[in-house]
Amino acid sequence: MHADSLTFIFLNAAIVNNFVLALFLGICPFLGVSAKLKTAVSMGFATTLVMLISSICAYAINSLLVAYDMEFLRLISYIAVIASAVQLVEMSMKKFSPALFRALGIFLPLITTNCAILGLALFQTAKEYNFVQSVSYALGAGAGFILALVLMAGLREKLELAEVPSVSQGAALSLMLAGILSLAFMGFAGLGAQ
Amino acid sequence: MAGRKRDDTITADTFLEGIWRENPVFVMLLGMCPVLAVTNSVMNAIAMGVATTFVLIGSSTLVSLLRNVIPKQVRIATYIVIIATFVTIVDYIIQAISLDLYNALGAFIQLIVVNCIILGRAEAFASKNRPLKSVVSGLGMGTGFTIALLCLGSVRELLGSGTLLGFSVFGAQFEPWVVMILPPGGFFVLGAWLLLFNWLRERKARLELKEETVHAR
Repeated sequence: MHADSLTFIFLNAAIVNNFVLALFLGICPFLGVSAKLKTAVSMGFATTLVMLISSICAYAINSLLVAYDMEFLRLISYIAVIASAVQLVEMSMKKFSPALFRALGIFLPLITTNCAILGLALFQTAKEYNFVQSVSYALGAGAGFILALVLMAGLREKLELAEVPSVSQGAALSLMLAGILSLAFMGFAGLGAQ
Repeated sequence: MAGRKRDDTITADTFLEGIWRENPVFVMLLGMCPVLAVTNSVMNAIAMGVATTFVLIGSSTLVSLLRNVIPKQVRIATYIVIIATFVTIVDYIIQAISLDLYNALGAFIQLIVVNCIILGRAEAFASKNRPLKSVVSGLGMGTGFTIALLCLGSVRELLGSGTLLGFSVFGAQFEPWVVMILPPGGFFVLGAWLLLFNWLRERKARLELKEETVHAR
């Protein structure tokens, strides 16, 4: 597989350099909404949608900024685009699925401050992907985010039934779990490139 | 706002609560991404902590100064633009000071924009308080964040490469636990610190309970 083929970019973002478990992006929602499988899946899809929209917008903005030689505005314009994309997803979700909107609660507006999304926009710029590659990268990152969230939620739902010492309840145990998951994902490390 | 009595006094507690009682990392579990990602060495941890503290103080000051001007509906967007401005400044400063450090921290300098601690402080504290108080509180939060980063960074560098700030600690025959500087190590070490703090908190609660029952007799 070529390092710039679309399949490679997709798999690299989804599995080898998984955004959550290998690059530490998007840890807040990863720990915050992974208590129930159902909310985890919908959060994953909402995030993927925002990733896709902001990746496309970021590509357009970057070509504009480079053309006018104003790269120092990159960060500010990216974050503005992401905030508007989140607002869009939030409004459409409120209209089409109020139940889901309530279930995701505070975590929906917090997608804006999900570093996975800004990270995606910054990485695709740094790697100088073209438009199609950027879309593939965004989809791969989204798939990887969903995968990590679903794995974690599945584990935590089972863990609810287990009796653990009271000191290790809550975040400490989730982090240990995440560590073991991340250890498993390191097995893929040889497959891809940075 | 007008007419309500405001507490403008700055006490030691304004500074100290960010370090211990409301430590952003260990108590509130905010800003986890940089905490896990850049703590594979002490130097990275210090740089990240200082950069975040600078952005925190800068944005707190500006948000606090403009708190009566910013319309309520667009406040979050305004805060983010203010934060992004300070992050761009830090980004260029670090690039100018040390390119090695810049490369080691990677995208995480720019990702300070989306660090929930900073937006959280702007929304919850700076938008309601006088500039000076916001700065003191921001400094406390930043220090608490830096201490947390140091806690992780020192353990990970010590076990993962057998060094501290680049100086060898255990000598040449030490076999480093490479996993500690890799991603899983970040999760494990933070989990272990949280376990330790939970244990301390439970122990304190137990002791207090014991004391109360003794007094009751």
